[in-house]
Amino acid sequence: MKKWIAILLSLVMVLALAACTSEAGTDETDAAVEGMTHEEYAAAAVDEAVTVVTYVQAHQSWWDDKITVYCQSPDGAYFVYDMACSEEDAAKLEAGTCICVTGYKSEWSGEVEITDATFEFVDADPYVAEAVDLTELLGTDELIDHQNEYATLTGLTVVSLSYKESESDPDIYLAVSYGDTNYDLCVENYLTGPDTEVYQAVAGLQEGDVISATGYLYWYNGLNMHITGVTTAATE
Amino acid sequence: MKKLCAVLLALTMLLPLCACHGSVSHASFEVPEEFDESRQLEITFWAKNDSNAAQSAIYRQAIADFEALYPNITVTLRLYTNYSDIYNDVITNIATDTTPNVCITYPDHIATYLTGENVVVPLGELMADSRYGLGGSELKFDGVTQEEIVGEFLDECAISGEYYALPFMRSTEACYINKTYVEALGYTVPDVLTWDFIWEVSDAAMALNEDGTYAVNGQEVLIPFLYKSTDNMMIQYLQQAGGGYSTDSGEILLFNDTTADFLYTIAEHVAAGSFSTFKISSYPANFLNAGQCIFAIDSTAGSTWMGSEAPLLDIPEDQIVEFETVVRAVPQVDTENVQMISQGPSICVFNKADSQEVLASWLFAQFLLTNPVQIAYAETEGYLPVTTRAQRSEEYQDYLSRAGEDNETYYSVKIAATELLLDNIANTFTTPVFNGSASVRDAAGQLIEEVVKSVRRKTSVDEAYIESLYADIISLYRLDQLQTGTGSSGKIALGALPAGAVALLAGLATCWICIGIYAAILAIRKKKQE
Repeated sequence: MKKWIAILLSLVMVLALAACTSEAGTDETDAAVEGMTHEEYAAAAVDEAVTVVTYVQAHQSWWDDKITVYCQSPDGAYFVYDMACSEEDAAKLEAGTCICVTGYKSEWSGEVEITDATFEFVDADPYVAEAVDLTELLGTDELIDHQNEYATLTGLTVVSLSYKESESDPDIYLAVSYGDTNYDLCVENYLTGPDTEVYQAVAGLQEGDVISATGYLYWYNGLNMHITGVTTAATE
Repeated sequence: MKKLCAVLLALTMLLPLCACHGSVSHASFEVPEEFDESRQLEITFWAKNDSNAAQSAIYRQAIADFEALYPNITVTLRLYTNYSDIYNDVITNIATDTTPNVCITYPDHIATYLTGENVVVPLGELMADSRYGLGGSELKFDGVTQEEIVGEFLDECAISGEYYALPFMRSTEACYINKTYVEALGYTVPDVLTWDFIWEVSDAAMALNEDGTYAVNGQEVLIPFLYKSTDNMMIQYLQQAGGGYSTDSGEILLFNDTTADFLYTIAEHVAAGSFSTFKISSYPANFLNAGQCIFAIDSTAGSTWMGSEAPLLDIPEDQIVEFETVVRAVPQVDTENVQMISQGPSICVFNKADSQEVLASWLFAQFLLTNPVQIAYAETEGYLPVTTRAQRSEEYQDYLSRAGEDNETYYSVKIAATELLLDNIANTFTTPVFNGSASVRDAAGQLIEEVVKSVRRKTSVDEAYIESLYADIISLYRLDQLQTGTGSSGKIALGALPAGAVALLAGLATCWICIGIYAAILAIRKKKQE
């Protein structure tokens, strides 16, 4: 009888653990899967269905089975907004991971993005983009061709720094000037929160500091780079 | 072995608790006889601001003023920029008994909080308390009486006959109109807008120049009609048209023919390019101010962002177009029976084990209804104070009378939006509040969002589509699993237990049966040996 109780107890404990595990998992496809080239994606109209095979560079916090991902391939970058994703799969979206994203091309305040997206993991060698210095394109019409790419902007002068009025989502808004023009940069809390080095570094900036910023060329009514790294002239 | 069994059993009983994220419950709150000023009390206040720094400053000032009156109370402020984040955080924190003490919220959300036992403090007894209640004798400030709170607004805070919140500010939705463009199109803005008028003007605005730009604005971009909160769009239309939405008992009537007809109308204008939503296109204010929108519908609490002279701007100044802005009520079905939603933040108090802490929270909640807080906060946006004391005060009347003196404090569009609600309090309505009503609201908006997306993506919106859409939305928001019932008595039905849980419970039952049998056998053997 004691043995039976022990067996039953063990079964119950296993069941209890099983009750805590999630069910869904995203299938993995092989590298042969094909998506659009970035040129084809760029040519697609807003609201068209799109499929791209690309590489995760970074992502915002997972929430409610959704995740926003910064992706880039050697031929261009993609911003995938609120992609359907289990928490288990979110943990696998490391920098360089190849995924096939299917969704709709959309535009929100100038940001071209993929929405209502689903994805599959693709078995392929990882790719992590190097930041490209696009400073010379500031103020030109060409900059938007690099929307969402991982880039560096140098020689920027800090004009002002302010926080979003939300302690639960305390983005930092950084206005900088280059030449005669001001540009907006943002430390996006869901990408790099208050615990991160970049958040703390930006929080310590002073008006007049000259900085280099690295990050993703996000758009909100114009350039609104989501920065992931910053250096001041003194520390460069 | 017996000891081992007991330990294992105890562990086994704990495991399901861990798996279920159980919540901690308190005894129901009872008003203490005295407020103990000898004790230091710390309370937390979760508040929402409209991305408006002035509002945060007013909260902080209110806290400082309150703490000066009650030096034994410390209030910690946590700011949010939208209600849904507060709602999600409160839900998460109910399970761990780490809810705030005082929270800005919506009655729909409170109905969900009430599914936890004694989570939110019922305020009826506190309000009526002669010493610490509304206008109470022991208050250290000139507290408002219940009669001084606008009755319609206070009633919105009652769930199943009990008050679970105090109103803090009230707003409604307004239509911010580029009058210059309306007149350029050959129309005159009426005193009361109709849906038909907006659709007609919006479609007319889609005329193009030979170079492909829009004739009315000479730009490549134009969305004549943009709506910020599509849940309100659907709710107000159904209210005006007499279509069903939901009942006080929690019956969901949203998925009806009036809704379908409205969705067909919306689809038609999306196809024409004359309508879109915030979720799909962006903030109506940005398009309005850039001369790319003619009818922008948003809260009166967003009025400081509206118009070419708006004090708050979210687009580069070189994109702003000069035009005359006028404010009207949301479009109506029947101009003789104007109806608009009443919305805006309310204040709820969460229950805690320490009744002194709850009383301190209640004192702070009341303090937020005093004139300095009410008037200052209302002036930050197109909000209306919720007390007649504030509304009728000389200071507030002076504020209203100075519309247009500048484009900051006295910004004309903001004051026009405020007066819109002030003049229409009797024409406001709210939707029934029950556990799950927040989901019904979300579903109402999502119906519109899905139709807009579908049309833009070249999907035909026909009878079969609507039927499928209804099924999808009902499933998405689990509306088929809501039990009818109101307030704390309404529980969300989560459907059949998963197989794993059933097996777990069966296993536990089997264990107890085996233990019982084993104990009985031992007892019988022992008796026989005796």
